[in-house]
Amino acid sequence: MKRNHLNRRDFLKGAASAAAVSTLPVTTVELAFADPAKSFSFAYISDSHIQHVKGDQFVNNWDRGLIRAVAETNMLRPKPDFVMFGGDLAQLGTKAELDHGAEMLAKLNYPTHCLLGEHDYYLDLGEYWSELYGPHWYSFDHKGVHFVVLNSILTHDEWTFERWPTPEQRMLEMAGLDNPNGSPFMVGEKQRAWLATDLEGVAKTTPVVVFSHSPIQKIYKGWNFWTDDAEQVQALLAPFNDATVIYGHVHQIQYNQIGNISFHAVMATAWPWPYPQSYAQAETYLPKLTVPMNRADPFHERDATGWQFINLETGRVAMTYQLNNNTDRTVAYNRETGRPEDTTFQSPESRISPQIHY
Amino acid sequence: MTKRTVIVGCAVVALAFGLVGYGLYADEFTDADTERWQGEFMSVVEDGRALWGSPDLGTNGVACGQCHPNAANTHPETYPKFQKQLGRVVAFSEMVNWCLINPLEGERLALDDPKMIALEAYATWERRGVALEPGKH
Ligand code: HEC
Ligand SMILES: [Fe+2]
Ligand SMILES: [Fe+2]
Repeated sequence: MKRNHLNRRDFLKGAASAAAVSTLPVTTVELAFADPAKSFSFAYISDSHIQHVKGDQFVNNWDRGLIRAVAETNMLRPKPDFVMFGGDLAQLGTKAELDHGAEMLAKLNYPTHCLLGEHDYYLDLGEYWSELYGPHWYSFDHKGVHFVVLNSILTHDEWTFERWPTPEQRMLEMAGLDNPNGSPFMVGEKQRAWLATDLEGVAKTTPVVVFSHSPIQKIYKGWNFWTDDAEQVQALLAPFNDATVIYGHVHQIQYNQIGNISFHAVMATAWPWPYPQSYAQAETYLPKLTVPMNRADPFHERDATGWQFINLETGRVAMTYQLNNNTDRTVAYNRETGRPEDTTFQSPESRISPQIHY
Repeated sequence: MTKRTVIVGCAVVALAFGLVGYGLYADEFTDADTERWQGEFMSVVEDGRALWGSPDLGTNGVACGQCHPNAANTHPETYPKFQKQLGRVVAFSEMVNWCLINPLEGERLALDDPKMIALEAYATWERRGVALEPGKH
């Protein structure tokens, strides 16, 4: 069977010799018709869940995940244009956790953009996070691509402002993934109105890439693999020729195509999550297109975690998952079929047993 | 043997095994009994759910549920089974202890510790209806 040969060892070797020769690239699959002038790359790190134990003590396991992702990203050659951090920097949104995480992220040698996850937000509603990283939603342009950064983890005002006696309890209720007292994520009317205005000035031929924490599609509500107003946000992206949503939160490989919109999930640096179908008591909707990541090995603490290297080839995404203790995977938009596909495992005959989750 | 000696014999056996409280007849349980027993079981399931979400089970504040929402990916229906890294067939509770000692940096629980039983009760309850597949990886 043909495997993706950009595995960890080659990657690090490439990075090491690149440092010496300074031109040897670590590259993902290049699409033959891509106009090289229009292609560039960036890296994506997400869900580090830095967790305070007490005093100056933090959960070692999660620290190591982020430290490793940052160190490896710094070795990328060619250098990525920027790094995106996809949310859940902290576990319970405290200043101690955000500061500790920010300190590690600051070691990145590239411009870095951040977005909010629910674990960063529900203690003080993003106030301290904003001091570190600025506005909760914004957009920017880079080499002909329009990037939009959303705060997709908002919810009903009643839940946020009236239901809980303390901010600490509100944070804990939202932090439990399977907690029935949680509340569905949403982008919300105000931000959708901002997005509509933001996109008004963008030509329909301009590639648009949206970064969000939750999937802007509906997979499993019980674990908030879900955004309640996903359809309304999708409708705003529908008029564009090339639209892509990249999201965190799910701590696993997922990808999908809905109309013209491609969806790609990223891995966590902290820990992997089960696929929702492995919860026997609920109906879930993992996109049929997704070839799952390998089942995690609990005897390797970094297995099924990682970070991503992303090539934007004429406005569409080729994402290489840099998987600790595992074979890397590449999921790239296929212009012929009009959807993202795994470059090794997409056809049913090429699947392997660790990809079966139950 | 007369009826009388049989009864005396049974009483002796019952005494010998400390079973006096159970009477001489096999259990003819009622619906009220099964309801009570189910209630007892479900209260242990509830304890188990609380333990799965507890930051105090280990020493570093990490909870089982952070990685196993609804105790998913624990597959109690496949135990006992071979674990390559332990080199032998193990019980479900041995894997509970593996995760307790490693990601939670906690201490091993005795296999009959009420906490262990509660953890197992909750994980198994969340898999109700799934066919038994002992040994499946
Ligand atoms: C850092 C993440 C993490 C934490 C925290 C964690 N586990 Fe695990 N655990 C895993 C992974 C990953 C697996 C492998 C799942 C698989 O086989 O698909 C696993 C496997 C298991 C298994 C064996 C499952 C099987 O299919 O054989 C059991 C039982 C288990 N965990 C129980 C627990 C319990 C109880 C706790 C809390 C004391 C806990 N885990 C905490 C990550 C974690
Ligand atoms: Fe997360
Ligand atoms: Fe999240």
